[in-house]
This record gives sequence, C-alpha cells and structure tokens, in this order.
Amino acid sequence: MIHSLFLINASGDIFLEKHWKSVVSRSVCDYFFEAQERATEPENVPPVIPTPHHYLISVLRHHIYFVAVIQSEVPPLFVIEFLHRVVDTFQDYFGVCTEAAIKDNVVVVYELLEEMLDNGFPLATESNILKELIKPPTILRTMVNTITGSTNVGEQLPTGQLSVVPWRRTGVKYTNNEAYFDVVEEIDAIIDKSGSTITAEIQGVIDACVKLTGMPDLTLSFMNPRLLDDVSFHPCVRFKRWEAERILSFIPPDGNFRLLSYHVSSQNLVAIPVYVKHNITFREGSSQGRFDLTLGPKQTMGKAVESVLVSSQLPRGVLNANLNPSQGTYTFDPVTKLLTWDVGKINPQKLPSLKGTMSLQAGASKPDENPTINIQFKIQQMAISGLKVNRLDMYGEKYKPFKGIKYMTKAGKFQICPYNTPFTGFSLTVLTNQIHVFR
Amino acid sequence: NAEEIISFIKQAADSQITVLLVAFWVFGGFHAVKYIFIMFSSHRHDDLKEMLDSNKDSLKLEAMKRIVAMIARGKNASDLFPAVVKNVACKNIEVKKLVYVYLVRYAEEQQDLALLSISTFQRGLKDPNQLIRASALRVLSSIRVTIIVPIMMLAIKEAASDMSPYVRKTAAHAIPKLYSLDPEQKDQLIEVIEKLLADKTTLVAGSVVMAFEEVCPERIDLIHKNYRKLCNLLIDVEEWGQVVIINMLTRYARTQFLNPNINESLLEEGGSGDKTFYGSDEDEDEDEEEKEKKPYVMDPDHRLLLRNTKPLLQSRNAAVVMAVAQLYFHLAPKAEVGVIAKALVRLLRSHSEVQYVVLQNVATMSIKRRGMFEPYLKSFYIRSTDPTQIKVLKLEVLTNLANETNISTILREFQTYIKSMDKDFVAATIQAIGRCATNISEVRDTCLNGLVQLLSNRDELVVAESVVVIKKLLQMQPEKHSDIIKHMAKLTDNIQVPMARASILWLIGEYCEHVPKIAPDVLRKMAKSFTNEEDIVKLQIINLAAKLYLTNSKQTKLLTQYVLNLAKYDQNYDIRDRARFIRQLIVPTEKSGALSKYAKKLFLALKPAPVLESPFKDRDHFQLGSLSHLLNAKAGGYQELPDWPEAAPDPSVRNVEVKESVRAVGTVTHRDTGALWGPQRMEGSEKEERKHQRKSKPRKSESESESDEDEESESESSQSESEDSESEAEVKKKKKVQTRVNYRESAQQQGASKTIIRFKKAGFSFLSNAHRSLGVFLQTIAPSSALKSYELLHRITGEGLSVEYCFSRQPFSPDANMVAVQMQFTNSASSDTKNLHIEDVKLQSGMRVKEFPEIELLPAGETATAVMGIDFCDSTQAANFQLCTHTRKFFVSIQPPVGELMRPVFLTENEFKKEQGQLMGMNEITEKLTLDVKCRNEHAIVQRVTTAANLSRVPCGSDKECRFAGRTVTSGSLVLVTVATKEEGAAQLTVNCEKMVIGTMLVKDILQALTQ
Repeated sequence: MIHSLFLINASGDIFLEKHWKSVVSRSVCDYFFEAQERATEPENVPPVIPTPHHYLISVLRHHIYFVAVIQSEVPPLFVIEFLHRVVDTFQDYFGVCTEAAIKDNVVVVYELLEEMLDNGFPLATESNILKELIKPPTILRTMVNTITGSTNVGEQLPTGQLSVVPWRRTGVKYTNNEAYFDVVEEIDAIIDKSGSTITAEIQGVIDACVKLTGMPDLTLSFMNPRLLDDVSFHPCVRFKRWEAERILSFIPPDGNFRLLSYHVSSQNLVAIPVYVKHNITFREGSSQGRFDLTLGPKQTMGKAVESVLVSSQLPRGVLNANLNPSQGTYTFDPVTKLLTWDVGKINPQKLPSLKGTMSLQAGASKPDENPTINIQFKIQQMAISGLKVNRLDMYGEKYKPFKGIKYMTKAGKFQICPYNTPFTGFSLTVLTNQIHVFR
Repeated sequence: NAEEIISFIKQAADSQITVLLVAFWVFGGFHAVKYIFIMFSSHRHDDLKEMLDSNKDSLKLEAMKRIVAMIARGKNASDLFPAVVKNVACKNIEVKKLVYVYLVRYAEEQQDLALLSISTFQRGLKDPNQLIRASALRVLSSIRVTIIVPIMMLAIKEAASDMSPYVRKTAAHAIPKLYSLDPEQKDQLIEVIEKLLADKTTLVAGSVVMAFEEVCPERIDLIHKNYRKLCNLLIDVEEWGQVVIINMLTRYARTQFLNPNINESLLEEGGSGDKTFYGSDEDEDEDEEEKEKKPYVMDPDHRLLLRNTKPLLQSRNAAVVMAVAQLYFHLAPKAEVGVIAKALVRLLRSHSEVQYVVLQNVATMSIKRRGMFEPYLKSFYIRSTDPTQIKVLKLEVLTNLANETNISTILREFQTYIKSMDKDFVAATIQAIGRCATNISEVRDTCLNGLVQLLSNRDELVVAESVVVIKKLLQMQPEKHSDIIKHMAKLTDNIQVPMARASILWLIGEYCEHVPKIAPDVLRKMAKSFTNEEDIVKLQIINLAAKLYLTNSKQTKLLTQYVLNLAKYDQNYDIRDRARFIRQLIVPTEKSGALSKYAKKLFLALKPAPVLESPFKDRDHFQLGSLSHLLNAKAGGYQELPDWPEAAPDPSVRNVEVKESVRAVGTVTHRDTGALWGPQRMEGSEKEERKHQRKSKPRKSESESESDEDEESESESSQSESEDSESEAEVKKKKKVQTRVNYRESAQQQGASKTIIRFKKAGFSFLSNAHRSLGVFLQTIAPSSALKSYELLHRITGEGLSVEYCFSRQPFSPDANMVAVQMQFTNSASSDTKNLHIEDVKLQSGMRVKEFPEIELLPAGETATAVMGIDFCDSTQAANFQLCTHTRKFFVSIQPPVGELMRPVFLTENEFKKEQGQLMGMNEITEKLTLDVKCRNEHAIVQRVTTAANLSRVPCGSDKECRFAGRTVTSGSLVLVTVATKEEGAAQLTVNCEKMVIGTMLVKDILQALTQ
C-alpha cells in the first residue's frame, strides 16, 4: 500500500523520508514540485499525482506537505485519511506539528511511523496504543531521560493491541477522576446583503477529555437528540444503542478524543447570531470609494459575541484604505488587498463600525466586484442549535468522577455575499436593450 | 561534497585533527582538505561505532538515535551496518527497536551481514510471549534478503497456526512481504491465506483480506466459505481492515449475485431525456423481457452484505464511509442507494483532500443517480474560501444536479460565481452554464442571454470563455439568434483571446446566410489583420473566406483571393496546406476535378451540435473510490469490477457445514445482540475479559436476573455453531468450553427419560447435584420459567393413584418428532400399585405414542416419574389412552397447549428477520394488546411468553422488542413471535408461522399470558 513517505516544507525541502518497503529515490518528489509549481496556491496542488512508476498522494497540513508514494491501486481516501491520522498523532505527541517539532523529535517520529504502518498497511493508529508503545516526550521526561538514560519507549509490551477495547489502554489510574465534554458548534452560512440566509448549517462536535481510572462505561444522553441529523462516531460508541435509544454508550479512550461529530440539518431554522450592514461604493470616474460597515448582535440569547474578526478581499483596483474603526484595529494589505478588522467583543449598546474611504488606482475603471465578507466569532456557553446534554452516567467503576460540560458556538465558514437580488440578471429585457444599443 | 566535509569537521571538532585540518585548509586550500577527507572517510563514523561498541546502553541509544536521524534525513548510513547489527540482541528495548529500523532499511544492501541477525529473530519466534513472537516475525519478514525466503515461509506457516490471534495477524501481514520478495512462493502462500481466511477473529480478518488482495485477488473461490463470516465480523474489524474487506466484497458480490436493478432502466428517467441512448438499446430491452419472466429475488447473502455495511456509514473514517458508499452504489437496489448521500455530504466538511476525492466520486454518482443528491444541493454551493480545484468539482456536481425545477436557483448561484476573482473558476462557471443550457431546453434562452450579457464584461477572459460557449449553444438553433451573431461580430474589434476570435469567425462563416451584410465586412477586417493573428484564428479566417466565397462570391471573391495569397506564404505549413487545398477546391480552374462541384456541400454541410458532456460520464465502470476512478485510468494492480452475471452462481457454495467444533463455541461477537462497537462484543473473545466485563457491565435498569443473562449468553454460544463466530482462547479455556459442550450433547442424547428431574415447589426445575458440580447451568433447553403441570388422574377417581403430567420441554431422544411428557405418579392409597403401564392408545391418524416403560411397583405413599413421548402431528388433538394398574384401567387423555408443540431454535437477529420476511401475508398474524400491569418490563414479557410456549429468545438490538423463535416438533415449521412494546403498556404481538392454525392458537395463548 503505502510505499514511502516524504515530508516537504513550504520552501520545498524534503526534511524527512521513511520507507516501508524497498527504498524509493527522493527524486520522485520532482513530479510533486512540478505540480506545485503549476498550482498557483499551495492548497491547489492536486492530492493525487500520477507519475510514470508511482502515484503521489499528498495532504497539506500546517504548511507541511505529507507526500505518500504509492505503487499500485489503493483507495485514495485510505491514504489521505491515514496521512491525516499521522498528522493528528504528531500533534497529539508534540503539541504542534511543525517542521521544527518534527526535526527535534525525529527519533520519536520514526518510531511512531514504524508502529503505525507495517509493510505499508496501517497497524496501530489508535493514540492510546501508540502512547503505550512510545511515550510522548514531555519536558520532564526529557530531563529525566537525559539524567537517567531511560527511554521513551514503553518498557512493557503493548498489551493494547491484544485488547478487545483497542482504543483504551489498560491499567489507567488517576487520583482525580474527571470527564469533560466540550460541545462545539460551528455555523456555516451564506447570507446575502439584505441579511436573509441563503444557506445555513450547523456542524458540531463533542470533544471529550476523559481521565478516569479503570474501565468505566459511560452513557451520555441528550435532552433533544432529535436535533442531530447526521452523526459520525468514535469507534467506541455502541451504534445499536444509539439507533434504538439515542443514547451514547461507550467505554472511552483515555485522554482527549472526539466522541461525536454531528450535523444539524439546514431544514431546521438556524439562528444567525450576528448581522452586518455594509455599504461599499465606488463612483465612476472618482478615485475614491466609500466604505461603511456596522456589526450587531442578533439572536444570541443574551450571550456575548466575542473574538469577532471581519475579513474581506477588496477589489483589485483598491490601492489603500483609510478607515476609522469605532473599536478594535484593522489592517489592509495592499498586496493581497485583504482587509481584516479585529473587532473583539460586540457591545450591543455601542455597535462596532468601520467607516472611511478607499483610494483607487488612478485611471482604473470602477471596480465591479462587491466583496465577500467573512466573519469569525465565538459565543461561549451556548450551543446555537440548542443541543443540551441531559446527563452523564458512569457504570463499571465505583468512584464518583467530576463531570463537566462546556458549550461553545463559533463561526465556521460564515460569509456575507455580495448579491441580494433574485435571479434577474439574465433576463431578456436587459439583453434586448443592449441589442438596440448595438444596432 | 563540501557540506559533508564541513559536517565531518564539525563531528571531529573535539579531536586534535581539527587543528590539523584547519592548518591544511589555510595552507593547502580546499583540495588538500578534500584529500584528507577521502583518507579519513572510511573512518567517518568512528565515534558512532565506538558508542555502539560500548557497554553502556545510554551511549548505544544516543548513537542509534543519531543514526536514525541520519536515515530520516536521507543520509547514507550503510557503512555502520556491522556495528549496528551486533546490537540486535541488545537488552534495551529502545535500542533494539532502533536497530530493527536500521536493519530493515539497509538489509537489502548488505545481505550477507544481515544474515547475522536472523538467528536472533528465529529465537524470537519461539518465545512464549506472543508479542515478542509477533515482533520477531514482523522484522524477519521485513528483511528483504532472498536467501531467507525458506526461513520466512516456514515462520509464516508456523505463525499462521499460532494460538495468539495477534501473531496470526502478523503472519497475514508478512504474506505480501514474502510475495513481493519471491513471487514463486505464490502457491504456498495461497494455502496460508486460505487457512487464515478461515480464522474467526476480527483481528486477523482485515489483514488476511489485505494479503488476499495483494497475492491472489483472482481466487474469488476462497471467499465463498468465509463470505458470511466476513460480513458478520465486518463491523468489529479495525477501520483500515474494513475498507479492504468492503472493497473486496464488492467485487465478490458482483460475481455471485444478480443485478438488483435488472428490471429498471440503467439511466435515470426524466431529465436525461435529451441524452441519446447509445447502441445497445434493443439488447437491453430483450434482456429486460427475459428477466421479467422470473421476478428478481435478492439473495439473502446479498442482503446480508448490504445490511451489515450500512452502519459503517457512520464511521469517523472517511475511507470507510467511501467504501460503503461505493458498495451501495455498485450493489444496492436503486431505491436503497439514497442512504449514502447524507454520509458523503458529511465528508464534504472534512479536509480539502478528502473533499477532493469525495467530490470526484459524487460527480460520477450524480450522473447516474441524480435524485440521490438533489436534497443536498445547497451543500455543494461554493464558498469563496474553497480552493479552486474544489470549486471546479462542486461546479461539476451542481451542473449534474441541475434540472427544470432547480435550475433557477442554480443559475442564480452561478451568477455570483461569475463575479469571483478566481478567473479559472469563472471560466469553469461559464462552461457550466453552457452545459445547463444544452441539457435543459427550458432555460436555453435565459442562459444564452445571460452569456451574451457577459460579452460586455470588463474581463477579457470572461468574454472569451462566453464566446466559446455561446458558439456551441448557437449551433443548436442558429436561425433564432442572428442578432446574437451580429453582436458577436462586433466583438472582433475588441476581443483578443485567439480561441474566442476563432470561435466568432467560425460562427459567422457557418451562419453567413443569417448575417449576409456583416460577414463580408468581418472578412475585410480580418484580411487586414491576417498576418498578426494566431494560427487558429488564421485557419478560421481562411475557413470564413471559403464559405463566403461559396455563398457570396460577388462581394468576397477578391478578398478571398487576397487571404489565400497571404496564407500561401505563411510560416506555418498547416496554414499553407490549408490555403492550397481550399483554393483548389473552391476556385474553379480547368484542372480542378470533380470535387469542386461538391465544395458547397463540403463546407456548408449541416454540422451536428456538439454535446456538452460531463467529463465524469461513464467513469463508473471503474470501481468508485478507487485510484483508477480518480485518475480515470487503470492503475497498476487494479481489479476490474466484474459485470453482474446473467444467472446467479450456485449460492450453496457459501453454506458452511455446521461443525460441532469446539472452537466455534464459547465466543460470540455480540453484534446481533445489540452491543455494537461496544465492549460486549468481545465478551467472548477472552474469558478473563468476559468475567471482567460481566462484573463491570452496568446493571440494566430492567430487573434482568443473573440467570437470564446466563441464559442469553448460553444461547448465544450455541447460536455460534450455526453462525460462524470467532473463538480464541487458550487451551485451558477451550477445555472448559469443551466440557460444557460435551455436557450439553450428552444431556441431549440421554434424553429426558434418563435425566433425573425432581419437582419442588411449583415445579421449578433444578439440576442434579452432579451436574451442578460441573458448574454448568442447564439453561439452554429448559428456560428458567416454571413448568406448568396438569392433572391426568385425580386422586379420588384414581382410587388413591394420582397422576400429574407436565411438558418437560426436553427433547425426546428415542424420537425427535415427539413431545416429551413427564408424568409423576403418586400413590396415596394404602396399598402398593403394580404394573403401571399404558394400553389401548386411541389416536388421530398420524399421531404416535411412545409409552413409558412399565413401572412394576409403586409402593404406598411413594412417588415415581416417567417420561413418554407423543407425536401430536403439530395439532392440539388429544391423545387418549388407558392407564392400567394391576387392578384397574383409567381412561385418560393428554391434550397439549399449542405452546408445547414446539421446541426452541436459536436464530440470530439477522436470520430471524430473514425468516420473518419469508413468512409474511397469510402466515403472519398480528394482534394489538395492552400488557398486564405486572408485565411491562422485558423480563416479565420474556418469562410469560416462554412459559406459554416453548420458544427461545432471539437476541435483539432494540429493547422495545422481544423476539422468540421455535420450530414445531413434528414438521419443523418455524414459529416466530415478536412482542413490540409501546408507550403505556400498549404492545403488538406478531406471530409468523407457516401453519396458520398453530399460529392462530398461539396468538390466543400468548395474548392471554401477557394480558392476565
């Protein structure tokens, strides 16, 4: 399956290679560099590149390309999913997945890759098993290791691989037993200029941090499970139980994991927590444009909208922007024409606004593009879909754990679109007028 | 090289050589240093060698870490091989692991030295610890040295029959390694694969199918016997294995089952009406007719596969979801394929690479099954933040999904896309509009007008793309749009993009009759700028000139001559050729042959309008989700997805003989019992684990008693005989199980007549002490419910002799078709009773009785039991006979309740559903009822039903339903009972039975049992 793996940084250096079968020369990456050159943006490099003897399947994460070399037919998603799992594991181990972190921990990286694949076929990809095999480097452990000469490799043999609950390591012990769940929802929305919603969807995840002794068996139930339209589970969740009772029943892995991802369908009415009023105008012949943008809260159930960040790609003709924010700071990059405004918290009494003028290239015709505005925000202590966890019960162990649940709503891909007119642009009347002009 | 030298100097920094080197550098220059470097290079890694040779593990570790870092960077470290390989037996586990990494990397280059390490691994293969055995095999098989092929082969064979499933898994992994090293071993390896395919553990399943796919994907016959097992294990296999198994089973199913959509047209009806059917229309029709003669019935195994893969659509692993999606797309009946859409749409929120692959597949699917994705139209709307390649794919899907009803919203979306700053994407959008226009005639004009409007766009690329698309659209109905052609003619003054100019010229030439005034003028302008045009434009100018010459030679003769003369001296020989050819063809000379007569026909022939097709059309002949599909080219090692067979091959090849094997018993995957993906599924796999689980398992809220649970697990273990379940246990455990099985078998053989059963309080059945000492609870046959006893002879009528009987629910061993009736004789008279026996049996036809052996003496005050067998012929007719003592004869009769005319059978949930599906209509009786107040929990229902009828419980995923199954004693017809509970004691009772009389009576009895 997976023959070799090359890690390539943003400047095109291969800084790590690993081969699971016989060695493939790194010159195979030249095809990748070629494709990279053809693609204007880094994310436009095709994930699958055929070469005369191999196929390259790559993913881009944290500005590093993970390029897998394949020799024969394999489902591309299999490789892509695996590569992402590798990145997740690195992130889990080193906190970040950067070139520096990988280079600093090259031996651990190598040991991990060795365990994760055997002859190119995934072997152990569960973080709990891997952690039993190879302990993650911490500052303390690094210090102890340098002094005592002990190692990062687990002394015990990996019993986890034999276990029937492969995602959970055995013999877990904590003095404080705690289970925390974060319900994080993201709103993806496209909103037109008048403020009406074109599409809106809620994507949610429940991330868990479970530190419980022994083999606890948890059940988590919701007040309103019907909200969940489509779900995908961590393998620990018992599917049938969910089907029958809409209850999540599972033996959790140890540590952090994503229990559930869900989707609240667009059929349900999605509350949009912010609104934007904007007026961006250019006048024909003038080298000035007016910019006026105001933000306000909407349907937030009394919770504060925080960490608001507005960004917009201004038309190419704009040379500079001279704006005046009522709060926060803004930046305009004259090269990429990207305007970002870090608003911070929205005060409902005094709505944040950004007003001013834009200077246009002299002589350029009036820019036609009405820019799309992207907004990011966070709302604490609220799940916008209204999803509520009812209770969490633990069976199988005697102690009383600390339980905690946190809700948060974020903007996902939240866009304000330029158009607000229904489909009239392609109407015939306009056309005939034009034809008359031509005659 | 200089870099290496410098690093060498750095390494040598602490030694005195540095001083020397620097001195050389200063006096002798670079070449002098280089010379020294070459001299020393053989000793380049001396410090590392020294560290490796030291006694301290920490030094060795440090050295190994540095070496591994070198390998990771792609630096050559092969000269350290002898020093490293010595440490293969090092005690320190991390050193050992790093040595393995090194060894696997360089063994191929240093074959002889690598052999030194082999003995270590051979020793490891014999280690009592399974993990050490596994890792030894793993490394050994990774060493690519041909000389050890026989050793590897032996090791794999041995490991394939190892007790530990983990070692067997490793063996499966080793198979493709050996195969790639020496393909000659194929036959032997197939034997190992065959053996491992029969393995019943989830751990092995994924790996061995992987090996199967790499070594012998053509040997589909190896799968037959394991098909059902693989289907059943699938959900518990680790995610990567699932992908491989699902893909393989898709191929398998295509060879073994019939096309479920055989009776439907392959193309989706509606919308595709414009598209022409190619060629084989008639053949298809014939096929359909043939097939319609015998209606399609889905093979239960086909259904099994579809059912067992469906939950995996909820997997977090995108590859698994995709695998199931393609399985459904290729195998499911059309009505059921829809379920995959939601899951695929979910994947669109994943990383962009995942989106890319999923969208490619959705694009292919959306051509064939458009309806499936229509509800999710909005999920394919494009965001400005999407990468271009994703945008283009989404556009493709949107275009495929467009139909009369949604086209206006789609066009509105497209309209905003045109404003995007991403020009490639804008161009793709314009083409998409063109495709919508060709496919949906209703919006053709709107689209065309919209595109014409784009002609006045400021961006030239947009205009050019529009021109190209308009040209294609106009070809469909040119006569209606001469004003647009005029409009386009005007554009030639401004537009510079060659393709667009060429398109305009072609249009004018083709439809010069519609624009008779403008066309010559355009030619005039073009003639003027001819020399500065691009080649494709020049060709079209010549083309235009020729066409005009033929239609309007008066005005354009000179111009044409002029253009042809210019072309005659062009640099490009294509253009020169074209000019020469056209001149000969259109300008009549004496020499010009017969062809010039046809010039007009040649140039102004009616040309068919181009079909704007999706590039994803017909891509589904590749298995979806595969690399080949993505690239639209066959990748190495791709296995073709076979066409459905005309007639289904024999389905019995998949039957597995019910083996009374010990291995099969004892462990069950709990898939069917409701605990999916959960810990209970492994209850069986490890006995210790099981105990542990039992302890830690949450008490169910229903007051399910311990015995009930036992019963359940017990019944499951016997169910595992029919349904292949995995069993893996150490020998000790096996023995334990074996005793259990043996016990049960012997109990059955002995028959109820020999089993000593004493009655205590209300007839609870207990086991003899002897049996209890075995630690086994005889639950399988007799449920824990009470046995009801009936009076055969009253004490008064019997003159002191009273006889009670009950249906012991034990199999009657002398004749399996008989119901065992247990009789208890009590002599309450003052005198002994002798010669107790049966006489003068009066029976309905077909009924038979096996009398109990005569009881010679029943002393006063004593009790005796005996068992007789009666074959009631599955009816509730009474068996009449005389009970004789040495003095008297009593006429008695035994009339069985209908519930006693059956014996329990063990079905899995799947089998139950399958069977139930076959007993519909007349054979199904449904009653609504309100449950007795005391009988509203599962336990009570189970107890009452099993008391009323001799049925066994069928495991069920939902706790709202209780299912029971049995067979009638004589004819063996299935009796299936379902009690589905609803709110507030409402319930529905369903009985499925081939024998309607039995069914009706059973409904009455159970109804009574549940309501009172």
